[in-house]
Amino acid sequence: MSDKFDVIIVGAGPAGSAAALTLARAGLSVVVFERGAFPGAKNMFGGVLYTPILNKLIPKFWEEAPIERHIVKRRFSLLSSKSEAAFEFRCEDYNEKPPFNQSFSALRARFDPWFSKKAEEAGAMVIPETVVDDLIVKNGRVCGVKARREGGEVLADVVIAADGVNSFLAKKAGLRKDFSRAVLAVAAKEVISLPREVIEDRFSLEGQEGMAMEFFGDSVAGMVGGGFIYTNQETLSVGIACSIKSFIDKKVAPNDLLDRFKAHPSIKRLIKKGETLEYSGHMIPEGGFERVPQVYTDGLLLVGDAAHLVNASFYHEGTNLAMASGLYAAEAIIEAKEKDDFSAQTLKRYQKKLNNSFVMKDLKKYRAVEKWSHENLKFFEEYPGIALEMLKDYFSISEVPKETIQKEAYRKVRTHISPIQAFLELNKFRKTFF
Amino acid sequence: MAGTLVFSEQREGKVKRVALEALTAARTLQSKVGGEVAAVIIGDQVADEAKGLTAAGAEKVYLAEDPFLHYYSSEGYASIIADLAKKLDTRLILMGATMMGKDLGPKLAARLGGPFAGDCVGLEIVDEGMLVAHRPIYGGKIMSTVKSRQSGFQVATIRPNVFPVEKQTSENTIRIERITSPCDLSSLLAQVQEVVATASSKVELTEARIIVSGGRGLKGPENFNLVEDLAEALGAAVGASRAAVDAGWKPHSYQVGLTGKTVSPLLYIACGISGAIQHLAGMSSSKYIVAINKDPNAPIFKIANYGIVGDLFEILPLLTEAVKKVREG
Amino acid sequence: MKIAVCIKQVPATESKIKPSSDGKEIDRTGLSYVVNPYDEFGVEEALRIKERLESSVTVVTMGTERAEEALRTCLALGADQAIHIKDDLLRGGDAYGVALVLTTALMKEHYDIIFFGKQAVDDDSGAVGIHVAELMGLPHVAVINKLDLKPEEGRALASRQIEGATEMVNIKLPAVFTCQKGLNEPRYASLPGIMKAKQKPLTTLTLADLGVDKDAVGAKGAKLVVDCIKAPRVRSTGNIIDKNPSESVEELVRLLRDEAKVL
Ligand SMILES: Cc1cc2nc3c(=O)[nH]c(=O)nc-3n(C[C@H](O)[C@H](O)[C@H](O)COP(=O)(O)OP(=O)(O)OC[C@H]3O[C@@H](n4cnc5c(N)ncnc54)[C@H](O)[C@@H]3O)c2cc1C
Ligand SMILES: Cc1cc2nc3c(=O)[nH]c(=O)nc-3n(C[C@H](O)[C@H](O)[C@H](O)COP(=O)(O)OP(=O)(O)OC[C@H]3O[C@@H](n4cnc5c(N)ncnc54)[C@H](O)[C@@H]3O)c2cc1C
Ligand SMILES: Nc1ncnc2c1ncn2[C@@H]1O[C@H](COP(=O)(O)O)[C@@H](O)[C@H]1O
Repeated sequence: MSDKFDVIIVGAGPAGSAAALTLARAGLSVVVFERGAFPGAKNMFGGVLYTPILNKLIPKFWEEAPIERHIVKRRFSLLSSKSEAAFEFRCEDYNEKPPFNQSFSALRARFDPWFSKKAEEAGAMVIPETVVDDLIVKNGRVCGVKARREGGEVLADVVIAADGVNSFLAKKAGLRKDFSRAVLAVAAKEVISLPREVIEDRFSLEGQEGMAMEFFGDSVAGMVGGGFIYTNQETLSVGIACSIKSFIDKKVAPNDLLDRFKAHPSIKRLIKKGETLEYSGHMIPEGGFERVPQVYTDGLLLVGDAAHLVNASFYHEGTNLAMASGLYAAEAIIEAKEKDDFSAQTLKRYQKKLNNSFVMKDLKKYRAVEKWSHENLKFFEEYPGIALEMLKDYFSISEVPKETIQKEAYRKVRTHISPIQAFLELNKFRKTFF
Repeated sequence: MAGTLVFSEQREGKVKRVALEALTAARTLQSKVGGEVAAVIIGDQVADEAKGLTAAGAEKVYLAEDPFLHYYSSEGYASIIADLAKKLDTRLILMGATMMGKDLGPKLAARLGGPFAGDCVGLEIVDEGMLVAHRPIYGGKIMSTVKSRQSGFQVATIRPNVFPVEKQTSENTIRIERITSPCDLSSLLAQVQEVVATASSKVELTEARIIVSGGRGLKGPENFNLVEDLAEALGAAVGASRAAVDAGWKPHSYQVGLTGKTVSPLLYIACGISGAIQHLAGMSSSKYIVAINKDPNAPIFKIANYGIVGDLFEILPLLTEAVKKVREG
Repeated sequence: MKIAVCIKQVPATESKIKPSSDGKEIDRTGLSYVVNPYDEFGVEEALRIKERLESSVTVVTMGTERAEEALRTCLALGADQAIHIKDDLLRGGDAYGVALVLTTALMKEHYDIIFFGKQAVDDDSGAVGIHVAELMGLPHVAVINKLDLKPEEGRALASRQIEGATEMVNIKLPAVFTCQKGLNEPRYASLPGIMKAKQKPLTTLTLADLGVDKDAVGAKGAKLVVDCIKAPRVRSTGNIIDKNPSESVEELVRLLRDEAKVL
C-alpha cells in the first residue's frame, strides 16, 4: 500500500477509539487496526463505564450509546465463609438526570463497536480481523506497522499503541519491560442472564437504576483482589480479579476461583436461576503510578492499558483513563501535525497533558495501593475473618449479658492483633486509600 | 383429481429406496390430501422398474422414457413433471432429498408457483390440504415447523432413511401410463455430458443404512483400513470428518458435516471424531450414534447412544471381529 | 464476463442457536455473522474468472442493515461493486420471495454468470439459486465443485458430485451455478483490498426502487411460513462404556444387537 496515513492506531478499545474519533474530527487521516472479529468482540471489563471524557467527546452519549444502567448504589462487602458485613451507599442525586453520576454499567461487546462506529462516522477507517504483528522503524523512528495480511505494511507519521494490557507494541518499541507478576491482576467473569424484574427485585432497583458491588475477603479465598457483581439490564456481570502473584502463590485457577465465588451463600442467592451466557478472562494492569512507563517515543504514543493507566483502588477505573489518554494523545498529534514534527520532543506534549490531568493525579494519589496490598496480606487473608467473627459474637443473642459478650468479642480480637498494631495498620490503610 | 405425485428417482435403472419411502409417506397422508397417490418415473428403459412402484404403493404410475432422459436433466425432468402435475392438478409432490431431488424440487416449485420445503423429516397435512413440514435448520441446531399457505403444487423433499417403507400387499392391477416431454429434449441448454463413477465407498453415504466414519484420531490415511474393515463387516458406507478430509486422507465426497454430506442412517459409528458442532450438523439425525474415542470428555459422547471410551486402534479390530461373528452366527 | 454473486449473511457456524421467546425466530443476541460459507466459493470463483478474463464482479444481497458488512467483506476480497436490497417489507419472506426480489435486481443488467451458494447455512433451504434460475428462465447447474469455462464457445462444463459419481454438465451461458465446497479455496482479503473496499460503489435498493410488488414478497407474499421453531429433541445420551477393550466391545455388540436391534 503506497498511501500513507497521518496516524495508525492499533486496538479499537476505548483508548484507540477515543483517539481515532478526535483525530478524524480534526481532519487527519486515521486507520485503526483491531484483531477481533469486530471492535469489542473479545474485550471485557468488570462493568462500570466512567464517562466524564466520553461525555466530552460525545455529548449526550446516553441517548444512543448501548449502556445498561446508571449506577445509583455502590456496595462494598467483606465475606467470611458464612458471614457478610457490608457498607452500602445510595444517593438520589445520582438518580436525577443524565449523565447521573457519570457511571454506567455496560457490556463491552456492545459498547466498543458503537464507540468505534462513532470514530468511523467521523472519518476514521476501522479494519477489524487484522492483527498488527510488528512496527516499522526507520532511522530510529516508528513510521508504520506490519499487519498480518497480504500487503500488510502501512506507513504513518505516528502510531498509537492502544493495544491493551499486553501491549506488544510498547515492548517492541522498548518503552515497556515485561511487567512483574505482582502488578498484573487476572480476572474471570461471567455474564449471567436473569429477567429484568428479577434483577430489579433482588437488588432493589427501579427502571434504569443500577448497582455496583465489590466483595473482599473470603469471596476470593483471601487472595489479593476481590469479587464483583454489576447489574445490567437483563444480565449480571459476575467476576473475580486477583493479582497473578496470588493465583500462583495459592495455586488456584481463575475459573475455579470464580466458581467458588459463585457458590458462596451471599453470592449464590443473588445469581440464583441465572443462566451463564458467556465466560471470559482478561488481565488488569494494577501497578498504578509507579509502573506507568514513558508514554512517547519518536513516532509512537502509548495510551490506555498499554500505558498501564488503570486506577485500581476502589474503582477499577480504566475506561475513563483510556479515553482520556486517547484524547490527549490525539491532541498532541494534532499539534505535532501543525508543526509537521513527530519527534519525541514534540510528542512529549502528550505526557505533559497526562501529567496535568486527573489521570496521573489520581494514579499518584493511589500510588501506594499496589505495594500496600502485597505487604499487608493480612487484610485479605486474616482480618476479614476476624472482623466478621467479632461481629458475629457481637450480634449473637443468648442469656449471657451483652456487656460480657462484647468484652469477650474484643478480647478474642486482641488475641489476633494488638490495639496499637490495629491502629497503625488502619492508619496506613486510610492513608493509602483516602 | 388433486392427489399426490411421487417422483420415483432411479439411477442406472434402479429405483432408489428413498422413493419408496416417499411413496409410503404419500400413502400415509392420502386420507388428508385426497385423490390418488401416483408415481412418476423418468429415464431410458425403465419400464420394468415402473411395475415395482405399484407394489410399493403407487395407484398409478406415469412413465416417461426417452434416450435423452438417460441422464438427469433439470429442465427435461422438470418440464415433464410440471406438465403432468398441471394435468392432474396435483396438490402435493414428494421426492427424496437426494442430489437429484434437491435440484428438481426447487425447480419444480418455482415453475408451478408452489411452496417448497426441503429435506423434511416429518410431514403432516392440516386444514384444507395444507402441508406442514418439519425440517432441521441451522445444521440441525434448530427444528422448524413450516406451514404452507396454498394447497396446490406443494413440493417437499424428504431426508433419506427417516421415513419407513411399507410394502403394499393389495394386488392392484398395474396401471401404467406413458407420458412424453412437452419440450424438445435434444436442445436443452444444460445437458449431462458424462457421468463418471467415483471410486468412493461401495455404499453411497447419503443412502447408507449404516455408516462408519473416521476422524483425526486415526492418525493417518494408512489406518483408514480399520474403519473400512468394520464397514465391510457391517455392509456399511465409509465417512470421514473434515479433519481427515483436509489432511488428504479421504476425498471430499467422504466428508460428513456442515460443508460435507448430511446423513441420517440407522446407525452411525464415529471413530476418533471429537464431535465438533459442524460435524454434528451432518449426522445428528442418525437414529443410533456410536462413538469410539479415547477422550471421555469428547463432545461426541454427548449425543451418542452408545460409546466406548478407549483407543480405537485396539477397539476397532475387536469390534470388526465381533460383528463378523454376530453376522455369521 | 459480467458476473453476479448472490451472498447472504448468516450467523457464524460455531454459534449457539436457540429459539427466541416467541418461538418464531432465533434469539439473535450476541451472535456474530459471516458470509455464508458456500457463497464464499462463488465469490472466489468469480474473482478467479476475473483474473483470467476481463470481467466485472457484482455482489448482491438482500438483508438487513447489518448485511452491508458482508458486502464489504466481498468487496475487500476483490468484487467491484455491491447491491444491497433492504426493505422492512421483506421480513418474514420465504425462499421464493427472496428469489423473486433477487431476480428483479439481477434482470436490471445482463450477467453472463450468476453464482449462488448451494445453500444458506441458516435456513438450509437450498432453494434460492435454483428458484432464481427458473424465474429468470436460465439454465443452471447446482452444487458444482468444478467449473470449466469456454467463453469463446459461450458455454461451460460444470461438474457436480452426485451419489457415487460425478456428473459433468455442458451448459450454455448465461447460466446460474450454485457452489459447493471443493470448487476452490477462498482467499483472505489483503490489506489494500480491505482499504479499497471502503470506497467501492455500494448501491442500496428498496422494493419500490426495484418495482417489486410488495404484496408478492415478504411475510405477505410467502407461500411457506414458519409456524414455530424449537430446539431439537435432546438425544438421551446413552450408555458410555469405559471398560477394558474386549469387555467394552462385547458390551457394545450386545447393546447394538439386543437393545437397538441394528445388527
Ligand atoms: C475484570 C476487569 C474489570 C474491569 N472493570 C472496569 C470497570 O469496572 N470500569 C473501568 O472503567 N475499567 C475497568 N477495567 C479496565 C478496563 O477494561 C481497561 O482499562 C480498558 O479496557 C482499557 O482500554 P484500552 O483501550 O486501553 O484497552 P482494551 O480495551 O484492552 O483494548 C485493546 C484493543 O486492542 C486490540 N489489540 C491488541 N493487540 C492487538 C494487535 N496486535 N493488533 C490489533 N489489535 C490488537 C484488542 O483486541 C483490543 O480491542 C476492568 C478490566 C478488567 C479486566
Ligand atoms: C465453516 C466450517 C465448516 C466445517 N465443516 C465441517 C464438516 O462438514 N465436517 C466436519 O467433520 N468438520 C467440519 N468443520 C471442522 C470441525 O470444526 C472440526 O475441526 C472437525 O470436525 C474435527 O475433526 P475430527 O473430529 O476428526 O478431529 P479432532 O477434533 O482433532 O478430533 C479427533 C478425536 O480423536 C480422538 N482420538 C485421538 N486418538 C485416538 C485414539 N487412538 N483412539 C480413539 N480416539 C482418538 C481425540 O480424542 C479427538 O476427540 C467445519 C469447520 C468450519 C469452521
Ligand atoms: N437474502 C439473500 N440475499 C442474497 N442471496 C441469497 C439470499 N438468500 C439466499 N441467497 C443465495 O441463495 C443461496 C441458497 O440459499 P437458501 O436457499 O436460503 O439455502 C445462498 O447460498 C445465497 O447464495
